[in-house]
Amino acid sequence: MKKLVLGLASAMAIMVATSASAQDKYKACFVYVGSKTDGGWTQAHEVGRQYAQDKLGDKVETVALENVPEGPDAERAIERFARSGCGIIFTTSFGFMDSTIAVAEKFPDVKFEHATGYKTAPNVTTYNSRFYEGRYIIGQIAGKMSKTGVAGYIASFPIPEVVMGINGFLTGARSVNPDFKLKVVWVNSWFDAGKEADAAKALIDQGVDIITQHTDSTGPMQVAEERGIKAFGQAFDQITAGPNAQLTAIVDTWGPYYEKQIKAAMDGTWQGGQSSWDGLKDGILAMAPYTNMPDDVKAMAEETQAKIESGELHPFTGPINKQDGTEWLADGEVAKDGVLLGMDFYVEGVDDKLPQ
Amino acid sequence: MIRIELIRRPQQSALFSALSPFIAFALTLITGAILFWMIGKPPLPALYSYFIEPLTEMWSVHELIIKAAPLILIAVGLSVCYISNNWNIGAEGQFIFGGIVGSLLPILVPGFGGPLLLPLMMIMGMIGGAAYAAIPAFLKARFNTNEILTSLMLVYVAQLFLDWLARGVFRDPSGSGFPGSIRFPSAARLPEIAPSQGGAHLGIVFAIIAALLAWFMLRSTLKGFEVRLIGTSPRAGRFAGFSASKMVFFAFLTSGALAGLAGISEVSGAIGQLRESISPGYGFTAIIVAFLGRLNPIGIVAAGLVLALTYLGGEAAQISLGVSDKVARVFQGMLLFFVLGCDTLIHYRIRLVRRAIASALEKS
Amino acid sequence: MEIAQNILLTIATAATPLLIAAIGELVVERSGVLNLGVEGMMVIGAVCGFAAAILTGNPWIGVIAGIAGGALLSLLFGFLTLNLATNQVATGLSLTLLGIGLSGLIGEGFVGQAGVRLPTLDIPVLTDIPFVGRLIFGQDPIFYMSIALTAGVMWFLFRTRSGLTLRSIGDNHKSAHALGIPVIRYRYLAVMFGGACAGLAGAHLSLVYTPQWVENMTAGRGWIALALVVFASWRPWRVLGGAYLFGAVSIGQLHAQALGFGIPSQLLSSLPYLATIVVLVLISRDRRLTTINTPASLGQPFVPDR
Repeated sequence: MKKLVLGLASAMAIMVATSASAQDKYKACFVYVGSKTDGGWTQAHEVGRQYAQDKLGDKVETVALENVPEGPDAERAIERFARSGCGIIFTTSFGFMDSTIAVAEKFPDVKFEHATGYKTAPNVTTYNSRFYEGRYIIGQIAGKMSKTGVAGYIASFPIPEVVMGINGFLTGARSVNPDFKLKVVWVNSWFDAGKEADAAKALIDQGVDIITQHTDSTGPMQVAEERGIKAFGQAFDQITAGPNAQLTAIVDTWGPYYEKQIKAAMDGTWQGGQSSWDGLKDGILAMAPYTNMPDDVKAMAEETQAKIESGELHPFTGPINKQDGTEWLADGEVAKDGVLLGMDFYVEGVDDKLPQ
Repeated sequence: MIRIELIRRPQQSALFSALSPFIAFALTLITGAILFWMIGKPPLPALYSYFIEPLTEMWSVHELIIKAAPLILIAVGLSVCYISNNWNIGAEGQFIFGGIVGSLLPILVPGFGGPLLLPLMMIMGMIGGAAYAAIPAFLKARFNTNEILTSLMLVYVAQLFLDWLARGVFRDPSGSGFPGSIRFPSAARLPEIAPSQGGAHLGIVFAIIAALLAWFMLRSTLKGFEVRLIGTSPRAGRFAGFSASKMVFFAFLTSGALAGLAGISEVSGAIGQLRESISPGYGFTAIIVAFLGRLNPIGIVAAGLVLALTYLGGEAAQISLGVSDKVARVFQGMLLFFVLGCDTLIHYRIRLVRRAIASALEKS
Repeated sequence: MEIAQNILLTIATAATPLLIAAIGELVVERSGVLNLGVEGMMVIGAVCGFAAAILTGNPWIGVIAGIAGGALLSLLFGFLTLNLATNQVATGLSLTLLGIGLSGLIGEGFVGQAGVRLPTLDIPVLTDIPFVGRLIFGQDPIFYMSIALTAGVMWFLFRTRSGLTLRSIGDNHKSAHALGIPVIRYRYLAVMFGGACAGLAGAHLSLVYTPQWVENMTAGRGWIALALVVFASWRPWRVLGGAYLFGAVSIGQLHAQALGFGIPSQLLSSLPYLATIVVLVLISRDRRLTTINTPASLGQPFVPDR
């Protein structure tokens, strides 16, 4: 009896083992903080993973683990990946930072890529996307399209990336309307369609006529569509939720980056310890088609986008003041990456207070 | 028409007490196999990934312990509450508050070190959790306010408070604007039990000690008798001279202290800093663990380990076989249902009665 | 003044799912059963409602599907707790786990699809009355159902014989059984009603509130509904009051943020919860009133002796 059980167990073990590593495929693994079908941040990464899988075909096997909470669960998940033969592991949330570094230390031969973080190691590289470029463009559009001169911003949590987005948006808006103002509502969640919709309604009731968001659902877009207001999509082209409302969207396009990095890992040209921060010109983000706007606004947006891509324009170019009126960037001065990555202050014109 | 009839056993069946987990397990395996087959995954390897794979490597066993420790610790405290008929649904909030208070020393007095630091942190964590639990206890004892609501609402308040602290006053000034306190120095980190084999920290030791103490208290002390009596019959408790409102405090403070200890253990042992979120819902999962363990501290230890196993197994299945995370959750729910259902056999005999025959028998 | 009406409408939309789920659970708890699986049944209702509406193109079919989904899931709970006398707290929590996982599975193919919205009422002259027109005559059908449900449950529990029977079961199931009342049958019906209501509340989320499906879109509303039943001391009109209080403070804090007062958003976000506690403390000080309304056998398993 004992032998039978043992035999069965080992048979199952072999079945699992062989089904997992029957080929010489390179294994690229992804750790997601949310659900593959959340319609937002994580789904964008999943789309990117599938893009890379399709492009690299049979040479590569990609695996993903979803809904991994930050903290000890993340460390365990990453370690499990490292132990199961992954050559390169992508951890797609800022909160995975310490866990990634910890596991990377134990597995020096495995390559790690951490999204939106700032800690690197010989086998850890961080990657990020210059979302603020997109924010600047939509800010400009908002500056032109808004009649009341006030926009509503539905934000999640006051982390540098979100603050950067708010500042980028306002800077863009003020480049066409120097008196443009911004109202911010924090829903304290990345994802709660109902609450985001309520926030949108509250903002609209207070007189904003254009809304944008740094949360992941299409709640606000739907409200905008209902109320006949314009809005901007987030992470995905949300035109189906707002056929008349969406002007454009910032679309996260991680695919090409993933393809590039996995290939480099396979070729042996991958470099650890780097911090890459790609932008529009590198294709790590894209703008959804400009629509529902007059031709001259569309032309302006396209021109701005071209300028950013060519490097001619940097969204954070002075003169820009901080919220309290002190000077941040002098005339012609360009913001440094380091300051942006740790951004904890507002620019002038934001109607809100940041926690200190 | 067939009717299910339950006939109470004069005594709990010892046979089924031992057997029911296995029957439940077997039923889960069968239904699980069918479930996996239905979604196109090979059943046997899936079940293997789920239940056996996490146990095959030492590091994984350590992870199991890390995951189970807070669940067990909180659930032991909850068992004292539930036995005495105090429905503490807010253990999650007490966990968080304990984590906050226990972190005060390393965050506000960074220079303080030495061997006293850790014990002080643990004690402060317990005080923090107990203090937070005292709120619903007070409201119940003094104003007769239902504790289910107050303790539950306070969970949200605690979460938001922690978020505010982690982004504001307690934020690490050198953290590039991201939320979270400074990383605790090693003097403030709960040590690991067997560092070479894995990362399990002392939290599990606290959990087991708590379980043993609670088991002993409930079984063999006057206090334990008081807890059980007030829970089953408040009137009898009054006649015996026990104060129901004092019991409210005792139950809540004990449960809060244990949850708070779990909180600071998690922060100091597993995480290493006070972050804007320190719990993936331990306080609520612990409620399930408490009942799975039949409100018996020793059973809770087993239940905590089993539940942690299903979490780890879900991950393993996701990686080895591409089973989706949602399937893992459905599987967990099914397992729980079977365990709960099979436990019925311990207290009752099941009889399937044909209604026509039953009424005929009654008439005759 | 349109703004005031808009704000009230927003509050009504936010409060409606809470109200419906809570009313259903109120009936369940009045019969002596504690079903903590409201969140699970609600999210199943949301996904079933959405899926059915998309597949048939008809939001009303969605509403029916949502109700059916919630009721079906509740049957599972009923079987375990009523036929097998399992522990109600644990079973309810497991139901929530199962419901969330199952809904994620069912909804996988529906994420990102534009929803079908339930049309709001539009009576030619009445809806256009300024200040109150849309509030009274221009809301979605489920809002009207929620009010009707509250009134209906009130009438049923306190004006009908069956309602009295149900309450008596909740107070003392042993005595009820001794009187020959079919306790288990009443409880089954109550549990199913609770499931149907939770399902309807979920359908409201995915067909009216934000017509879409996203995983876990109930975001904890089921737990708020549970708390509201307790808040209301198991009385229907108080549930309505509680749901609207909670909704009002929730929307109010968003407005406060948008106005830019500079108060930390976490503090404002915690106001609805604190407000609920404070109000409950104030209204539950009358010990007698609370005791009268609490179903005494709540949560206790019922196993009839012969």
